[in-house]
Amino acid sequence: MTTEVHVPSRIVKGSPRSRRRGGFTGWLYVGPVILGVIAFQFLPVFISLYASLTDWTGLTPPRFAGVSNYVELLTRDPLFWLTLRNTAVFTVGSVVLSIAVGLALAVLGNQKVPGISIFKAAFFAPVVTNAVAVGFVWFWLYQPQEGLINGYLAELHIQGPAWLTSNRWAMVAVIIVAVWQGVGYPMLILLAGLQGIPESLHEAATVDGASAWSRFWKITLPLLTPTLFFLLVTQFITSFQVFGIIFVMTHGGPANATNVYIYQIYQSAFSYGRLGYAAAMGWILFVIVGVVTFFQWKLEKRWVFYGE
Amino acid sequence: MLETVSASRHAAGAGTGGRGSPATTRNRRVRRAARRLLLYAVLLALGWAFVLPMVWMLGASLKPENEVMVVPPDLLPSVPQWANYVAAADAVLPFFWNSAKLALLNVAFLLLFASLAGFGFARLEFRGKNVAFAALLATAMIPGIVYLIPQYIMYRQIGWIDTHYPLWVPKVLTPVFGTFLLRQAFRTIPRELEEAAAIDGASTFTVYWRIMLPQVKPALAAVGVLTFLESWNDLFGPLIFVNSQHLQTLPVALALFQGEYFTQTNLMMAAATISVVPPLVLFVLAQKYFVQGVTMTGLRG
Repeated sequence: MTTEVHVPSRIVKGSPRSRRRGGFTGWLYVGPVILGVIAFQFLPVFISLYASLTDWTGLTPPRFAGVSNYVELLTRDPLFWLTLRNTAVFTVGSVVLSIAVGLALAVLGNQKVPGISIFKAAFFAPVVTNAVAVGFVWFWLYQPQEGLINGYLAELHIQGPAWLTSNRWAMVAVIIVAVWQGVGYPMLILLAGLQGIPESLHEAATVDGASAWSRFWKITLPLLTPTLFFLLVTQFITSFQVFGIIFVMTHGGPANATNVYIYQIYQSAFSYGRLGYAAAMGWILFVIVGVVTFFQWKLEKRWVFYGE
Repeated sequence: MLETVSASRHAAGAGTGGRGSPATTRNRRVRRAARRLLLYAVLLALGWAFVLPMVWMLGASLKPENEVMVVPPDLLPSVPQWANYVAAADAVLPFFWNSAKLALLNVAFLLLFASLAGFGFARLEFRGKNVAFAALLATAMIPGIVYLIPQYIMYRQIGWIDTHYPLWVPKVLTPVFGTFLLRQAFRTIPRELEEAAAIDGASTFTVYWRIMLPQVKPALAAVGVLTFLESWNDLFGPLIFVNSQHLQTLPVALALFQGEYFTQTNLMMAAATISVVPPLVLFVLAQKYFVQGVTMTGLRG
């Protein structure tokens, strides 16, 4: 947001007309959005804070219950810790993989050869598809006997696992789908980052005899660290809230192996009717995401390079 | 500096054989061709892996039922069964229209409110502007699930549950990203344009509608395509706020009513294909704006 500050004052000043009206006109223009944000975001946040302190089921009037929802979550609900752990595994796996694969795809997509834009479009296309269709398709691709994936593995004389019905492989399977569907986004952001690196740097290094490999590690990667940092923060936040593919493909199974935090909130609120309890879970999620993001910013200067 | 370096390099490259013996030049050319061949091989393998699930979906959607699950698996049907699409379309048409209607409402009204607010924040002066803008951006930090349960409680109070209102009204009135992106776009337009109009006696609204909006068409398109995508692919909203079958959107209807309509996998895949076609077509047609929208959200930090 630093760019916000350095704006020539000429641009910020309003036209004489709007200044004369004491700013009423300005509020007319931003009013609908400001009112919308107050009604549909600020107000719900306060309702949610209150709901999390009640035993609200949605059917009977809420009774104030103090912090009992939070106490129950942290001390007596085994699914809370289990789903948190599963979410952490999913998040680490999918964030690391999608940034790594996204970087590889971006480097490939940055090559100036004919037809490259078709490949970039193919890598990005899954991003625009919906989670239900994606879940359906991969559900069948993962079938142990008739599925395409194990069929291909069998041709290589590998006995594929039972994927979605296997305790050990279900999470791996879900992560693969998430990376396949989402990697176009980091690829696109990294492509923009790559295009921001001046070609002269590479040319100078080439003249000095640096190999492509060392140019990548010594020039490209350090200059991409701000982009990588941005992706780490945003991908973490979105991955932590994974829901769609779990809802469609596994329903959290087998035996809670892929039961993630948001799916558990959804179940608590809309299957078990514990709205207050689910609201408390939402607030804990907010705190976790906030704390992790804070530490990511704290550690930023250890590895992110912003140039001289 | 950059231009001169690459220009001189191009000049050297253009005069092939200008330096070095013919043999080393040929070596270099062979090496470059080999490198390019390897690059295409890698690209083709990866590209195939990325489109394979969609090719399978399309293949399965055109198969007769007994060919969908065979060992060893087969990608394509022996004879394409186009009738599958007639049957699937018959079942999904009402849901398709619900999705289309909501996507259009979302795009139209979000663009209106986001551009009004973006214009206000970029060009008008009013008390409390900076606080209002900071508050707007702050809401982007709160995970959506925190709103969802209280929104459900609110909508039940005002009778919005099981209507389409929760799927567009709150969204078009909270366009945080759209407002931000359009504000940036408005700020790049030279002041002189609107000053000239103001001298001619144009009202603020005329300046916004007639002069400023046409200047930010690419940004409007970028916000529009991303809004369409978000509306069409939304899962949580329809799942939580809509109960009646006839009001359901296409993706969620596929997930909820599969047992009822699509006991056959081939028909289910035809329906799934129908559900991904509008976003894919839009992506192909408006790729430029997708890229612009995504990278602008990405590089705002």
